[in-house]
Amino acid sequence: MAKQTVLKVSEGRPEKAIQGFLKSLLEKEVVEAILVPKGLPSGDGFAQTLIHDPEKMDGMCALSLTMPVQSAKVASHLSIKNLNKKVAAVLKACEIRGIVELAKFLQVKLDNLLLIGVDCPGTFEVSDYSKMVQEGKEGEKLAGEILTGMERGETVAPQGYTFRPACRMCEYPIPKADIHIKLFGYKAEEEVGLEIEEKLGKELEEKGLLSFSGNEPSSRNEVVGKVVAERTKKRDAVFQEFRGIVKDLQSFLDRFSTCIRCHNCMVACPICYCKECVFKTAVFEHEGDQFLRWADRKGGIRMPTDTLIFHLIRMSHMVTSCIGCGLCDSACPSRLPVATLFRSVGEKIQKMFNYVPGRDVNEVPPVATFKEDELKIESGSI
Amino acid sequence: MSEFEPRIVAFLCHWCTYTGADLAGTTRQQYPPSIRVIHLMCSGAVDSIYVLKALIDGADGVLIGGCHPGDCHYQTGNYKARRRLAILKGILNQMGFTEDRVLLKWISASEGKLFADTVTKMTNDLKKMGPNPMKQLWNA
Repeated sequence: MAKQTVLKVSEGRPEKAIQGFLKSLLEKEVVEAILVPKGLPSGDGFAQTLIHDPEKMDGMCALSLTMPVQSAKVASHLSIKNLNKKVAAVLKACEIRGIVELAKFLQVKLDNLLLIGVDCPGTFEVSDYSKMVQEGKEGEKLAGEILTGMERGETVAPQGYTFRPACRMCEYPIPKADIHIKLFGYKAEEEVGLEIEEKLGKELEEKGLLSFSGNEPSSRNEVVGKVVAERTKKRDAVFQEFRGIVKDLQSFLDRFSTCIRCHNCMVACPICYCKECVFKTAVFEHEGDQFLRWADRKGGIRMPTDTLIFHLIRMSHMVTSCIGCGLCDSACPSRLPVATLFRSVGEKIQKMFNYVPGRDVNEVPPVATFKEDELKIESGSI
Repeated sequence: MSEFEPRIVAFLCHWCTYTGADLAGTTRQQYPPSIRVIHLMCSGAVDSIYVLKALIDGADGVLIGGCHPGDCHYQTGNYKARRRLAILKGILNQMGFTEDRVLLKWISASEGKLFADTVTKMTNDLKKMGPNPMKQLWNA
Protein backbone atom coordinates (compact mmCIF):
# COMPACT_ATOMS: atom_id res chain seq x y z
CA MET A 1 0.00 0.00 0.00
CA ALA A 2 1.25 3.43 -0.91
CA LYS A 3 1.48 5.86 1.98
CA GLN A 4 -0.52 9.07 2.07
CA THR A 5 0.27 12.46 3.50
CA VAL A 6 0.03 16.15 2.66
CA LEU A 7 2.53 18.98 2.25
CA LYS A 8 1.38 22.01 4.18
CA VAL A 9 1.45 25.15 2.08
CA SER A 10 2.32 28.51 3.62
CA GLU A 11 1.64 31.99 2.23
CA GLY A 12 -0.61 30.38 -0.35
CA ARG A 13 2.38 29.28 -2.43
CA PRO A 14 2.20 25.52 -3.15
CA GLU A 15 5.24 25.66 -5.43
CA LYS A 16 7.33 26.69 -2.41
CA ALA A 17 6.10 23.72 -0.40
CA ILE A 18 6.98 21.32 -3.22
CA GLN A 19 10.39 22.97 -3.60
CA GLY A 20 10.95 22.48 0.12
CA PHE A 21 10.10 18.81 -0.15
CA LEU A 22 12.40 18.30 -3.15
CA LYS A 23 15.13 20.20 -1.34
CA SER A 24 14.86 17.85 1.63
CA LEU A 25 15.30 14.86 -0.70
CA LEU A 26 18.67 16.32 -1.67
CA GLU A 27 19.64 17.44 1.84
CA LYS A 28 18.88 14.06 3.39
CA GLU A 29 20.71 12.40 0.52
CA VAL A 30 17.75 10.33 -0.58
CA VAL A 31 18.86 11.19 -4.10
CA GLU A 32 22.04 12.59 -5.58
CA ALA A 33 20.29 14.99 -7.94
CA ILE A 34 16.83 15.96 -9.12
CA LEU A 35 15.65 16.55 -12.66
CA VAL A 36 13.02 19.26 -12.42
CA PRO A 37 11.66 22.05 -14.64
CA LYS A 38 13.10 25.45 -13.86
CA GLY A 39 11.55 28.76 -14.77
CA LEU A 40 13.70 30.56 -17.33
CA PRO A 41 15.30 33.86 -16.21
CA SER A 42 13.08 35.66 -18.71
CA GLY A 43 10.08 34.21 -16.87
CA ASP A 44 8.32 33.17 -20.04
CA GLY A 45 9.16 29.48 -20.14
CA PHE A 46 10.66 26.43 -18.48
CA ALA A 47 13.57 24.09 -19.05
CA GLN A 48 14.36 20.72 -17.52
CA THR A 49 17.28 21.12 -15.12
CA LEU A 50 19.38 18.61 -13.22
CA ILE A 51 19.89 20.03 -9.75
CA HIS A 52 22.53 18.80 -7.33
CA ASP A 53 22.85 21.69 -4.87
CA PRO A 54 19.77 21.94 -2.62
CA GLU A 55 20.24 25.70 -2.48
CA LYS A 56 19.56 25.86 -6.21
CA MET A 57 16.09 24.45 -5.72
CA ASP A 58 14.52 27.93 -5.52
CA GLY A 59 12.79 28.82 -8.74
CA MET A 60 11.98 25.21 -9.62
CA CYS A 61 8.51 24.65 -10.94
CA ALA A 62 7.19 21.14 -10.39
CA LEU A 63 4.02 22.37 -12.04
CA SER A 64 5.54 23.75 -15.22
CA LEU A 65 2.92 24.77 -17.73
CA THR A 66 4.88 23.89 -20.86
CA MET A 67 6.63 20.76 -22.06
CA PRO A 68 9.47 21.90 -24.34
CA VAL A 69 10.98 18.39 -24.44
CA GLN A 70 9.63 14.99 -23.51
CA SER A 71 11.52 14.11 -20.35
CA ALA A 72 11.26 10.42 -21.19
CA LYS A 73 14.01 11.22 -23.68
CA VAL A 74 15.98 13.10 -21.06
CA ALA A 75 15.58 10.17 -18.67
CA SER A 76 16.85 7.88 -21.41
CA HIS A 77 20.00 9.93 -21.93
CA LEU A 78 20.48 10.21 -18.20
CA SER A 79 20.06 6.58 -17.25
CA ILE A 80 21.14 4.45 -20.16
CA LYS A 81 24.89 4.58 -19.60
CA ASN A 82 26.40 4.30 -16.14
CA LEU A 83 23.98 6.06 -13.87
CA ASN A 84 25.33 4.77 -10.58
CA LYS A 85 23.65 7.11 -8.15
CA LYS A 86 20.01 7.67 -7.40
CA VAL A 87 18.43 10.52 -9.35
CA ALA A 88 14.87 11.77 -8.95
CA ALA A 89 12.91 13.18 -11.87
CA VAL A 90 9.86 15.41 -11.58
CA LEU A 91 7.61 14.44 -14.46
CA LYS A 92 4.21 14.81 -16.05
CA ALA A 93 1.99 11.77 -16.44
CA CYS A 94 2.75 11.36 -20.15
CA GLU A 95 6.47 11.64 -19.50
CA ILE A 96 6.27 8.77 -17.03
CA ARG A 97 4.24 6.74 -19.51
CA GLY A 98 6.95 7.47 -22.08
CA ILE A 99 9.59 6.28 -19.63
CA VAL A 100 7.64 3.06 -19.06
CA GLU A 101 7.55 2.42 -22.81
CA LEU A 102 11.23 3.24 -23.26
CA ALA A 103 12.14 0.96 -20.35
CA LYS A 104 10.42 -1.90 -22.21
CA PHE A 105 12.61 -1.16 -25.23
CA LEU A 106 15.69 -1.06 -22.95
CA GLN A 107 16.19 2.65 -23.58
CA VAL A 108 15.67 3.69 -19.95
CA LYS A 109 17.13 1.99 -16.90
CA LEU A 110 14.81 2.43 -13.98
CA ASP A 111 17.23 1.06 -11.34
CA ASN A 112 18.54 4.42 -10.20
CA LEU A 113 15.64 6.60 -11.24
CA LEU A 114 13.12 7.78 -8.72
CA LEU A 115 10.01 8.97 -10.54
CA ILE A 116 8.11 11.89 -9.06
CA GLY A 117 4.81 12.42 -10.87
CA VAL A 118 2.68 15.52 -10.65
CA ASP A 119 -1.06 15.67 -11.41
CA CYS A 120 -1.28 17.34 -14.79
CA PRO A 121 -3.76 20.09 -15.66
CA GLY A 122 -2.35 20.18 -19.22
CA THR A 123 0.36 22.27 -20.80
CA PHE A 124 0.53 25.21 -23.18
CA GLU A 125 2.51 25.52 -26.37
CA VAL A 126 5.86 27.08 -25.54
CA SER A 127 5.13 30.05 -27.81
CA ASP A 128 1.66 30.58 -26.29
CA TYR A 129 3.00 30.56 -22.77
CA SER A 130 5.69 33.04 -23.65
CA LYS A 131 3.07 35.32 -25.22
CA MET A 132 0.85 35.08 -22.15
CA VAL A 133 3.69 36.16 -19.88
CA GLN A 134 4.66 38.98 -22.22
CA GLU A 135 1.07 40.17 -22.16
CA GLY A 136 1.48 40.65 -18.44
CA LYS A 137 0.10 37.40 -17.09
CA GLU A 138 2.64 36.60 -14.43
CA GLY A 139 3.75 32.97 -14.46
CA GLU A 140 3.18 32.32 -10.78
CA LYS A 141 -0.24 33.95 -10.83
CA LEU A 142 -1.20 31.90 -13.86
CA ALA A 143 -0.09 28.69 -12.18
CA GLY A 144 -1.97 29.77 -9.06
CA GLU A 145 -5.21 30.21 -10.99
CA ILE A 146 -4.84 26.82 -12.62
CA LEU A 147 -4.07 25.16 -9.29
CA THR A 148 -7.16 26.74 -7.78
CA GLY A 149 -9.22 25.30 -10.63
CA MET A 150 -7.71 21.87 -10.11
CA GLU A 151 -9.35 21.62 -6.72
CA ARG A 152 -12.70 21.38 -8.48
CA GLY A 153 -11.36 19.67 -11.58
CA GLU A 154 -11.84 22.77 -13.69
CA THR A 155 -8.75 23.81 -15.55
CA VAL A 156 -9.42 26.89 -17.59
CA ALA A 157 -6.91 28.46 -19.92
CA PRO A 158 -6.66 32.27 -19.92
CA GLN A 159 -8.93 34.11 -22.32
CA GLY A 160 -7.77 33.70 -25.91
CA TYR A 161 -5.59 30.65 -25.20
CA THR A 162 -6.06 26.91 -25.01
CA PHE A 163 -4.11 24.02 -23.61
CA ARG A 164 -2.23 21.96 -26.21
CA PRO A 165 -4.65 19.85 -28.26
CA ALA A 166 -3.03 16.63 -27.03
CA CYS A 167 -3.52 17.72 -23.41
CA ARG A 168 -7.16 18.60 -23.94
CA MET A 169 -7.84 15.04 -25.01
CA CYS A 170 -5.47 13.30 -22.60
CA GLU A 171 -7.34 10.86 -20.39
CA TYR A 172 -4.30 10.11 -18.24
CA PRO A 173 -3.77 13.21 -16.06
CA ILE A 174 -2.81 11.10 -13.04
CA PRO A 175 0.76 9.75 -13.02
CA LYS A 176 1.86 6.41 -11.64
CA ALA A 177 5.07 7.15 -9.80
CA ASP A 178 7.25 6.37 -6.81
CA ILE A 179 6.27 9.73 -5.39
CA HIS A 180 2.99 11.23 -6.54
CA ILE A 181 2.27 14.90 -5.96
CA LYS A 182 -1.50 15.22 -5.98
CA LEU A 183 -3.22 18.45 -6.89
CA PHE A 184 -6.68 17.52 -8.15
CA GLY A 185 -9.16 17.83 -5.30
CA TYR A 186 -6.72 19.62 -2.98
CA LYS A 187 -7.02 23.21 -1.87
CA ALA A 188 -3.60 24.18 -3.16
CA GLU A 189 -3.32 27.41 -1.14
CA GLU A 190 -3.40 25.22 1.96
CA GLU A 191 -2.04 21.82 1.08
CA VAL A 192 -1.03 19.44 -1.69
CA GLY A 193 -1.29 15.67 -1.51
CA LEU A 194 1.60 13.28 -1.42
CA GLU A 195 1.46 9.57 -2.10
CA ILE A 196 4.64 7.59 -1.69
CA GLU A 197 5.44 4.00 -2.51
CA GLU A 198 5.63 2.00 0.72
CA LYS A 199 9.31 1.10 0.98
CA LEU A 200 10.45 4.56 -0.04
CA GLY A 201 7.88 6.04 2.33
CA LYS A 202 9.44 4.16 5.22
CA GLU A 203 12.89 5.40 4.25
CA LEU A 204 11.69 9.00 4.14
CA GLU A 205 9.96 8.61 7.49
CA GLU A 206 13.11 7.16 9.07
CA LYS A 207 15.19 10.01 7.72
CA GLY A 208 12.74 12.40 9.31
CA LEU A 209 11.63 13.95 6.03
CA LEU A 210 7.96 13.64 6.70
CA SER A 211 5.38 11.71 8.60
CA PHE A 212 2.35 10.00 7.16
CA SER A 213 -1.13 10.83 8.24
CA GLY A 214 -4.56 11.43 6.85
CA ASN A 215 -6.31 10.43 3.70
CA GLU A 216 -6.93 12.17 0.45
CA PRO A 217 -9.95 14.49 0.34
CA SER A 218 -13.18 12.62 -0.28
CA SER A 219 -13.88 14.74 -3.36
CA ARG A 220 -10.66 13.74 -5.15
CA ASN A 221 -11.99 10.64 -6.87
CA GLU A 222 -14.97 12.53 -8.16
CA VAL A 223 -12.83 15.44 -9.34
CA VAL A 224 -10.41 13.16 -11.18
CA GLY A 225 -13.32 11.23 -12.66
CA LYS A 226 -14.79 14.47 -13.94
CA VAL A 227 -11.53 15.56 -15.58
CA VAL A 228 -10.99 12.15 -17.20
CA ALA A 229 -14.59 12.03 -18.43
CA GLU A 230 -14.36 15.50 -19.96
CA ARG A 231 -11.12 14.74 -21.72
CA THR A 232 -12.34 11.36 -22.95
CA LYS A 233 -15.38 13.08 -24.39
CA LYS A 234 -13.13 15.63 -26.08
CA ARG A 235 -10.90 12.84 -27.38
CA ASP A 236 -13.80 10.97 -28.93
CA ALA A 237 -15.10 14.14 -30.55
CA VAL A 238 -11.66 14.91 -32.00
CA PHE A 239 -11.31 11.35 -33.31
CA GLN A 240 -14.72 11.51 -34.90
CA GLU A 241 -14.03 14.82 -36.56
CA PHE A 242 -10.64 13.62 -37.80
CA ARG A 243 -12.04 10.37 -39.17
CA GLY A 244 -14.59 12.45 -41.00
CA ILE A 245 -11.81 14.41 -42.71
CA VAL A 246 -9.38 11.56 -43.35
CA LYS A 247 -11.56 9.02 -45.11
CA ASP A 248 -9.02 7.52 -47.47
CA LEU A 249 -5.40 7.90 -48.53
CA GLN A 250 -6.18 10.75 -50.91
CA SER A 251 -7.98 12.77 -48.26
CA PHE A 252 -5.13 12.05 -45.85
CA LEU A 253 -2.64 13.39 -48.39
CA ASP A 254 -4.83 16.42 -48.96
CA ARG A 255 -4.98 17.14 -45.22
CA PHE A 256 -1.23 16.58 -44.89
CA SER A 257 -0.33 18.37 -48.12
CA THR A 258 1.67 20.99 -46.23
CA CYS A 259 3.97 18.38 -44.67
CA ILE A 260 7.50 19.48 -45.57
CA ARG A 261 9.18 16.19 -44.62
CA CYS A 262 11.29 17.87 -41.94
CA HIS A 263 10.98 14.80 -39.67
CA ASN A 264 10.51 17.07 -36.66
CA CYS A 265 7.64 14.88 -35.43
CA MET A 266 10.01 11.94 -35.40
CA VAL A 267 12.75 13.87 -33.62
CA ALA A 268 10.35 15.11 -30.95
CA CYS A 269 8.74 11.70 -30.44
CA PRO A 270 9.91 9.97 -27.27
CA ILE A 271 9.11 6.53 -28.66
CA CYS A 272 11.13 6.99 -31.89
CA TYR A 273 14.44 6.07 -30.29
CA CYS A 274 16.29 4.43 -33.22
CA LYS A 275 19.80 5.82 -33.50
CA GLU A 276 19.59 5.66 -37.25
CA CYS A 277 16.08 5.99 -38.61
CA VAL A 278 15.44 4.28 -41.92
CA PHE A 279 14.07 7.55 -43.28
CA LYS A 280 17.48 9.15 -42.78
CA THR A 281 19.28 6.39 -44.67
CA ALA A 282 20.17 5.85 -48.30
CA VAL A 283 16.91 3.89 -48.75
CA PHE A 284 15.22 7.22 -49.32
CA GLU A 285 17.91 8.76 -51.48
CA HIS A 286 16.44 7.98 -54.87
CA GLU A 287 18.28 8.19 -58.16
CA GLY A 288 17.30 10.87 -60.63
CA ASP A 289 15.95 8.21 -63.00
CA GLN A 290 13.64 6.95 -60.31
CA PHE A 291 11.98 10.34 -59.89
CA LEU A 292 11.55 10.55 -63.65
CA ARG A 293 9.94 7.10 -63.79
CA TRP A 294 7.45 8.11 -61.10
CA ALA A 295 6.70 11.35 -62.87
CA ASP A 296 6.30 9.43 -66.11
CA ARG A 297 3.85 6.95 -64.64
CA LYS A 298 1.74 9.48 -62.76
CA GLY A 299 2.11 12.40 -65.12
CA GLY A 300 3.82 14.37 -62.36
CA ILE A 301 4.79 13.96 -58.75
CA ARG A 302 4.95 16.16 -55.74
CA MET A 303 8.44 17.00 -54.50
CA PRO A 304 9.85 16.18 -52.03
CA THR A 305 8.41 12.67 -52.18
CA ASP A 306 7.63 9.98 -49.60
CA THR A 307 5.02 11.72 -47.44
CA LEU A 308 2.68 8.75 -47.27
CA ILE A 309 5.30 6.14 -46.55
CA PHE A 310 6.95 8.33 -43.91
CA HIS A 311 3.84 8.78 -41.81
CA LEU A 312 2.43 5.29 -42.32
CA ILE A 313 5.65 3.45 -41.63
CA ARG A 314 6.57 5.60 -38.66
CA MET A 315 3.12 4.69 -37.44
CA SER A 316 3.59 0.99 -38.08
CA HIS A 317 6.85 1.06 -36.15
CA MET A 318 5.73 2.91 -33.04
CA VAL A 319 1.98 3.49 -32.93
CA THR A 320 1.39 0.57 -30.55
CA SER A 321 3.49 2.47 -28.02
CA CYS A 322 2.21 6.00 -28.80
CA ILE A 323 1.40 7.58 -25.45
CA GLY A 324 -0.24 10.64 -26.98
CA CYS A 325 2.02 13.31 -25.47
CA GLY A 326 1.46 15.38 -28.60
CA LEU A 327 5.00 16.70 -28.90
CA CYS A 328 4.87 15.75 -32.59
CA ASP A 329 2.06 18.31 -32.96
CA SER A 330 4.01 20.95 -31.12
CA ALA A 331 7.11 20.26 -33.23
CA CYS A 332 5.31 20.49 -36.57
CA PRO A 333 6.16 23.72 -38.39
CA SER A 334 3.09 23.25 -40.59
CA ARG A 335 0.80 22.78 -37.58
CA LEU A 336 -0.46 19.42 -38.86
CA PRO A 337 -2.54 17.26 -36.52
CA VAL A 338 0.10 14.52 -36.30
CA ALA A 339 -0.83 13.57 -32.74
CA THR A 340 -4.50 13.28 -33.61
CA LEU A 341 -3.61 11.03 -36.53
CA PHE A 342 -1.38 8.81 -34.41
CA ARG A 343 -3.78 8.69 -31.49
CA SER A 344 -6.87 7.95 -33.55
CA VAL A 345 -5.16 5.17 -35.49
CA GLY A 346 -3.25 4.05 -32.42
CA GLU A 347 -6.43 3.61 -30.42
CA LYS A 348 -7.61 0.88 -32.79
CA ILE A 349 -4.24 -0.83 -33.17
CA GLN A 350 -3.59 -0.84 -29.43
CA LYS A 351 -7.03 -2.33 -28.88
CA MET A 352 -6.18 -5.17 -31.28
CA PHE A 353 -3.59 -6.31 -28.77
CA ASN A 354 -5.44 -5.13 -25.68
CA TYR A 355 -2.44 -2.95 -24.96
CA VAL A 356 -2.27 0.37 -23.15
CA PRO A 357 1.12 2.03 -23.61
CA GLY A 358 2.65 3.20 -20.35
CA ARG A 359 0.29 1.12 -18.22
CA ASP A 360 2.74 -1.34 -16.73
CA VAL A 361 6.47 -1.74 -17.16
CA ASN A 362 6.12 -5.53 -16.95
CA GLU A 363 3.99 -5.76 -20.08
CA VAL A 364 5.67 -6.59 -23.38
CA PRO A 365 4.99 -4.24 -26.31
CA PRO A 366 2.96 -5.87 -29.10
CA VAL A 367 5.76 -5.50 -31.65
CA ALA A 368 8.16 -7.43 -29.42
CA THR A 369 6.05 -10.50 -28.82
CA PHE A 370 3.37 -12.75 -30.30
CA LYS A 371 0.90 -15.44 -29.41
CA GLU A 372 0.87 -18.70 -31.28
CA ASP A 373 -2.87 -18.81 -31.24
CA GLU A 374 -3.90 -15.46 -32.72
CA LEU A 375 -4.55 -13.68 -36.00
CA LYS A 376 -5.55 -16.79 -37.93
CA ILE A 377 -4.56 -16.05 -41.52
CA GLU A 378 -6.54 -19.01 -42.85
CA SER A 379 -9.80 -17.46 -41.68
CA GLY A 380 -8.81 -14.15 -43.23
CA SER A 381 -8.63 -12.32 -39.91
CA ILE A 382 -5.64 -10.39 -41.20
CA MET B 1 -7.38 -2.33 -74.53
CA SER B 2 -5.51 -5.40 -73.34
CA GLU B 3 -6.60 -7.12 -70.17
CA PHE B 4 -5.19 -5.82 -66.90
CA GLU B 5 -2.29 -7.98 -65.77
CA PRO B 6 -1.64 -7.52 -62.06
CA ARG B 7 1.89 -7.32 -60.78
CA ILE B 8 2.64 -9.06 -57.49
CA VAL B 9 5.75 -8.52 -55.40
CA ALA B 10 6.43 -11.63 -53.33
CA PHE B 11 8.64 -11.81 -50.26
CA LEU B 12 9.47 -15.49 -49.80
CA CYS B 13 11.33 -17.10 -46.96
CA HIS B 14 14.35 -19.15 -47.89
CA TRP B 15 13.51 -22.30 -45.97
CA CYS B 16 9.89 -22.89 -46.89
CA THR B 17 8.06 -20.81 -49.46
CA TYR B 18 11.02 -20.05 -51.73
CA THR B 19 11.85 -23.75 -51.79
CA GLY B 20 8.15 -24.45 -52.33
CA ALA B 21 8.21 -22.10 -55.32
CA ASP B 22 11.25 -23.97 -56.59
CA LEU B 23 9.34 -27.22 -56.28
CA ALA B 24 6.44 -25.71 -58.21
CA GLY B 25 8.91 -25.10 -61.04
CA THR B 26 10.64 -28.45 -61.00
CA THR B 27 7.29 -30.27 -60.92
CA ARG B 28 6.08 -28.12 -63.84
CA GLN B 29 3.15 -26.52 -62.03
CA GLN B 30 1.56 -23.80 -64.14
CA TYR B 31 0.81 -20.37 -62.69
CA PRO B 32 0.51 -16.84 -64.09
CA PRO B 33 3.75 -14.90 -64.67
CA SER B 34 2.45 -12.10 -62.48
CA ILE B 35 4.86 -12.55 -59.64
CA ARG B 36 8.24 -10.91 -58.89
CA VAL B 37 10.01 -12.84 -56.19
CA ILE B 38 12.27 -11.32 -53.55
CA HIS B 39 14.20 -13.99 -51.71
CA LEU B 40 14.61 -13.43 -47.97
CA MET B 41 15.97 -15.62 -45.24
CA CYS B 42 12.80 -15.38 -43.16
CA SER B 43 9.32 -13.86 -43.37
CA GLY B 44 10.26 -12.23 -40.06
CA ALA B 45 12.68 -10.07 -42.06
CA VAL B 46 9.81 -8.38 -43.90
CA ASP B 47 9.39 -4.93 -42.42
CA SER B 48 6.15 -3.10 -43.20
CA ILE B 49 8.23 -0.55 -45.08
CA TYR B 50 8.96 -3.03 -47.90
CA VAL B 51 5.32 -3.95 -48.25
CA LEU B 52 4.09 -0.39 -48.35
CA LYS B 53 6.89 0.74 -50.64
CA ALA B 54 6.02 -2.01 -53.11
CA LEU B 55 2.37 -0.94 -53.09
CA ILE B 56 3.14 2.76 -53.48
CA ASP B 57 5.76 2.14 -56.14
CA GLY B 58 3.61 0.11 -58.48
CA ALA B 59 2.73 -3.36 -57.22
CA ASP B 60 -0.91 -4.38 -57.37
CA GLY B 61 -0.47 -6.91 -54.62
CA VAL B 62 2.11 -8.18 -52.16
CA LEU B 63 2.52 -11.81 -51.18
CA ILE B 64 4.46 -12.76 -48.07
CA GLY B 65 5.30 -16.45 -47.89
CA GLY B 66 6.57 -18.06 -44.71
CA CYS B 67 6.85 -21.39 -42.95
CA HIS B 68 3.83 -22.88 -41.22
CA PRO B 69 3.46 -21.89 -37.54
CA GLY B 70 5.91 -23.89 -35.50
CA ASP B 71 8.15 -24.61 -38.50
CA CYS B 72 10.13 -21.37 -38.67
CA HIS B 73 13.82 -22.07 -39.13
CA TYR B 74 14.46 -19.20 -36.72
CA GLN B 75 11.76 -20.40 -34.31
CA THR B 76 9.41 -17.40 -34.32
CA GLY B 77 10.05 -15.20 -37.37
CA ASN B 78 6.74 -16.07 -39.02
CA TYR B 79 4.72 -15.17 -35.92
CA LYS B 80 6.44 -11.79 -35.83
CA ALA B 81 5.76 -11.25 -39.53
CA ARG B 82 2.09 -11.98 -38.85
CA ARG B 83 1.86 -9.35 -36.09
CA ARG B 84 3.71 -6.80 -38.19
CA LEU B 85 1.38 -7.33 -41.10
CA ALA B 86 -1.68 -7.19 -38.83
CA ILE B 87 -0.47 -3.79 -37.59
CA LEU B 88 0.16 -2.49 -41.13
CA LYS B 89 -3.21 -3.71 -42.35
CA GLY B 90 -4.89 -2.22 -39.30
CA ILE B 91 -3.27 1.13 -40.06
CA LEU B 92 -4.25 0.99 -43.74
CA ASN B 93 -7.82 0.12 -42.76
CA GLN B 94 -7.95 3.04 -40.37
CA MET B 95 -6.70 5.27 -43.15
CA GLY B 96 -9.57 4.13 -45.31
CA PHE B 97 -7.56 1.80 -47.54
CA THR B 98 -9.60 -1.33 -47.08
CA GLU B 99 -8.66 -3.21 -50.23
CA ASP B 100 -7.09 -6.54 -49.42
CA ARG B 101 -3.94 -6.43 -51.53
CA VAL B 102 -1.48 -8.00 -49.11
CA LEU B 103 -1.58 -11.73 -48.56
CA LEU B 104 0.33 -13.66 -45.92
CA LYS B 105 0.46 -17.36 -46.64
CA TRP B 106 2.17 -20.30 -44.97
CA ILE B 107 3.62 -22.51 -47.73
CA SER B 108 6.11 -25.23 -46.87
CA ALA B 109 8.98 -26.53 -49.01
CA SER B 110 6.89 -29.53 -50.02
CA GLU B 111 3.83 -27.54 -51.12
CA GLY B 112 4.71 -26.65 -54.71
CA LYS B 113 1.12 -27.12 -55.78
CA LEU B 114 -0.14 -24.82 -53.01
CA PHE B 115 2.33 -22.15 -54.13
CA ALA B 116 1.10 -22.33 -57.74
CA ASP B 117 -2.53 -22.30 -56.60
CA THR B 118 -1.91 -19.33 -54.29
CA VAL B 119 -0.35 -17.26 -57.07
CA THR B 120 -3.13 -18.23 -59.48
CA LYS B 121 -5.88 -17.32 -57.03
CA MET B 122 -4.21 -14.09 -55.95
CA THR B 123 -3.74 -13.04 -59.59
CA ASN B 124 -7.40 -13.71 -60.34
CA ASP B 125 -8.53 -11.83 -57.23
CA LEU B 126 -6.37 -8.84 -58.14
CA LYS B 127 -7.70 -8.88 -61.70
CA LYS B 128 -11.19 -8.52 -60.29
CA MET B 129 -10.02 -5.73 -57.98
CA GLY B 130 -8.31 -3.82 -60.77
CA PRO B 131 -5.11 -1.77 -60.62
CA ASN B 132 -3.88 -0.63 -57.22
CA PRO B 133 -5.05 2.98 -56.75
CA MET B 134 -2.19 3.68 -54.34
CA LYS B 135 0.39 3.69 -57.12
CA GLN B 136 -1.33 6.58 -58.86
CA LEU B 137 -1.32 8.99 -55.90
CA TRP B 138 0.76 11.83 -57.34
CA ASN B 139 1.56 13.30 -53.95
CA ALA B 140 2.31 10.08 -52.08
